[in-house]
Amino acid sequence: MAKINLNRQPMPKQSLESRKNNFDEVALGYTPEQALEEASRCLQCPKPPCVTGCPVGIDIPDFIKALREHDMPEATHILKRKNSLPGICGRVCPQESQCEKSCVLTKKGAPVAIGRLERYVADWERSHPELVRKQGPHIDHHGKKIAIVGSGPAGLSCSAQLAQMGYEVTIFEALHSAGGVLTYGIPSFRLPKDIVQGEIDYVKSLGVEIQLDQVIGKISTVDDILKNGYAAVFLAPGAGAPMFLDIPGENLNGIYSANEFLTRINLMKAYLFPEYDTPIKTGNRVAVIGGGNVAMDAARCTARLGAEKVYIIYRRSRTEMPARQEERENAEEEGVIFTLLTNPKRFIGDDHGKLTAIELYKMKLGEPDDTGRRRPITIPESEFTIDIDTAIVALGTKPNPLIPSSTTGLDLTRWGTVKTDAATGKTSKNSVWCGGDMATGAATVISAMGAGKIAATSIDSYLKNTG
Amino acid sequence: MSYRIIAKENLTQDIHLLRVEAPAMANKAQAGQFTMVRSDEKGERIPITIADWDKQEGSITIVFMEVGATTKKLARLNVGDTLLNFAGPLGRPTEIKFFGTVVCVAGGFAIATIVPVARAMKQAGNKVISIMGFRTKSLVFWEDRLKEVSDNLIITTDDGSYKRKGLVTEPLEKLLEQDTINRVIAIGPTTMMKACSTTTMSFGVKTMVSLNPIMVDGTGMCGSCRVSIGGKTMFACVDGPDFDGHAVDWELLMNRQRTYLDEERESQRLLEKRLRPEF
Ligand SMILES: Cc1cc2nc3c(=O)[nH]c(=O)nc-3n(C[C@H](O)[C@H](O)[C@H](O)COP(=O)(O)OP(=O)(O)OC[C@H]3O[C@@H](n4cnc5c(N)ncnc54)[C@H](O)[C@@H]3O)c2cc1C
Ligand SMILES: Cc1cc2nc3c(=O)[nH]c(=O)nc-3n(C[C@H](O)[C@H](O)[C@H](O)COP(=O)(O)OP(=O)(O)OC[C@H]3O[C@@H](n4cnc5c(N)ncnc54)[C@H](O)[C@@H]3O)c2cc1C
Ligand code: SF4
Ligand code: FES
Repeated sequence: MAKINLNRQPMPKQSLESRKNNFDEVALGYTPEQALEEASRCLQCPKPPCVTGCPVGIDIPDFIKALREHDMPEATHILKRKNSLPGICGRVCPQESQCEKSCVLTKKGAPVAIGRLERYVADWERSHPELVRKQGPHIDHHGKKIAIVGSGPAGLSCSAQLAQMGYEVTIFEALHSAGGVLTYGIPSFRLPKDIVQGEIDYVKSLGVEIQLDQVIGKISTVDDILKNGYAAVFLAPGAGAPMFLDIPGENLNGIYSANEFLTRINLMKAYLFPEYDTPIKTGNRVAVIGGGNVAMDAARCTARLGAEKVYIIYRRSRTEMPARQEERENAEEEGVIFTLLTNPKRFIGDDHGKLTAIELYKMKLGEPDDTGRRRPITIPESEFTIDIDTAIVALGTKPNPLIPSSTTGLDLTRWGTVKTDAATGKTSKNSVWCGGDMATGAATVISAMGAGKIAATSIDSYLKNTG
Repeated sequence: MSYRIIAKENLTQDIHLLRVEAPAMANKAQAGQFTMVRSDEKGERIPITIADWDKQEGSITIVFMEVGATTKKLARLNVGDTLLNFAGPLGRPTEIKFFGTVVCVAGGFAIATIVPVARAMKQAGNKVISIMGFRTKSLVFWEDRLKEVSDNLIITTDDGSYKRKGLVTEPLEKLLEQDTINRVIAIGPTTMMKACSTTTMSFGVKTMVSLNPIMVDGTGMCGSCRVSIGGKTMFACVDGPDFDGHAVDWELLMNRQRTYLDEERESQRLLEKRLRPEF
């Protein structure tokens, strides 16, 4: 066996000076030399634990081997067998809690940088379209129409699969752009919008029709869709409704949900105001409440929009933070101040209803709760205030009731998600499947994508059996 | 999707009507619902009430007042042009049923939006008394249209240049004193809806208002449109836009509407510069 190399290749990044003033991608991607060097560290384990750690079971050592052998078309092919969005997943998957967590080298403190290699291969594919084996659309048309509600990762992956199987697929999307959170949520400095657009164009090239401005539950219901000749419906509307803290002062001017803040920036391009019409207000002192990816994204946006002080307010400690490690590091490098073990008590405003400060409790950690993380406990009489002019509430999102409340016979869980069989994506309603955040609650891009694939397979076998 | 403009009317100098091809929306639209409109790639999404719909023709009518950059851009569109985005029908429809006597009060551009409400109320068997208020005579429009769907129509102008001088709340108060009124609907500028709600409060007559906070998506995913109703936070785009006027926190609404005052001025200034480069 080759000598173990623990020298994990660092990701080249845009310099701190320049990136604080633009929305261009921060992580620049490996050079070919770095990619080969990193790939050479893989031990090609006979029973690779990394594959088990990957939610869609990518044949990780195999694609790394192809990369090592300079066979990029083959590396691409292996990735795409299991993951139709590698360029996106390589950038946004929480690898440290999935494949890289299971890598045998993790015990030695230096897992193979699987995500960065995945991204490297996907980026090679994008710049060499002529060399990639095309999986042309299936010629065997079934003449059956399938409707997909929502164009996020779940909807895109499900429609790509079904189109390749020969179905006529229409995506109904509520907003004026496709892509779901990839478009309106995750900022371009982490996921450039041309990469997302590339994936959407690919799905369209398979013959999938995307109808924008279609708010299902309003312009038509799921029942209408089924009556209008669609043989099956896949629900992938995500979990888009923002949660608030429900504390005094939360409706003051200057307090945004992360969804509003990020939508103004990513979807409406408010960071280019006044060239674009949609405005955004980012003051000088900003508090972002939450510790997930969404909170990091919002904090890093405000830093780019010129805020002097950006605080992350998180009620547990650094170890419990759900955000990707890389983004936490980037945020701190960019000057975001982590105010850990603090929890908001109330917002304070002036006579004009404008936010001026936030009052916080200090917290401590108790016993682990049912998520396995140590429970935050309020320390009595520990209140203190920070002067702020903007707050962004990034507590997470829950399912939007628009579709559930307008669909007959669709059973829900007590969290408002659609009751779904994880193995097939089936719901309680005939001919209706569901996947992604609407089925699981806010989760990850890769799990949404995986759910789209599972549902496509189940829809196909159901339609084959019903003739 | 192409949302072609098939008719345009300038109702007053600043208030315009567009009839837009949108067959699926026309099929579902109900009184009180709205649509999110975007004119161009760099444009903002703004909410506009559905003023009328025609299932046969497959069209939706909107009426809007030029107040800022987006509405000014919309005002420059003509028959044959298309809107880039047009999503709806959004929001909950106005509660329509037999109440008895219903007073419909509208001010400014909202005259257009109250017509379908008055019509539906009348069809539901109500006696409909409408009050329309304008600043001055030159701003009066759709008198005949509202008359057609009302048993009785009262018109006020602030300066007395046409019909009755004064604010809409004056005839409203008279009606409440004289008759049994079972429901009031008030649509228009925020201050007017607030004043109507204050007027009806002491008579205990339920008053529905159509709130117009700043919106982004119009589908319940951002919370920009949050309003406080009886102390509870609600999203106007999905829980409304109609709410009980007696439970609305008006001060909060007005504060939140002012969030982007500086930016709105900046946008307008730039638009005017683009349109009239000599200035
Ligand atoms: C800011 C942010 C950062 C994130 N960062 C990461 C990350 O780094 N890594 C990661 O793995 N995950 C991340 N996530 C989570 C991840 O993006 C989601 O889990 C994933 O996008 C869910 O996919 P989906 O297809 O279920 O739904 P979504 O991506 O939410 O897409 C749903 C689509 O359906 C549309 N829709 C909703 N309702 C209707 C309707 N009634 N009619 C028609 N269309 C409708 C929506 O407009 C939307 O386009 C992040 C999320 C956010 C918000
Ligand atoms: C449910 C609803 C229905 C409406 N129906 C109509 C209608 O039928 N006809 C009509 O003329 N107007 C209507 N409005 C108001 C209309 O949306 C605003 O006048 C419009 O957004 C102004 O945009 P602007 O760029 O031209 O002006 P701006 O310069 O941006 O703003 C001028 C004023 O409009 C308000 N405003 C700005 N942006 C928004 C936004 N995104 N959402 C809501 N208000 C905003 C501001 O608070 C300000 O008071 C409605 C609003 C709502 C919420
Ligand atoms: S576990 Fe790590 S070393 Fe083993 S095959 Fe997977 S990536 Fe390579
Ligand atoms: S406008 Fe975004 S939630 Fe209402």
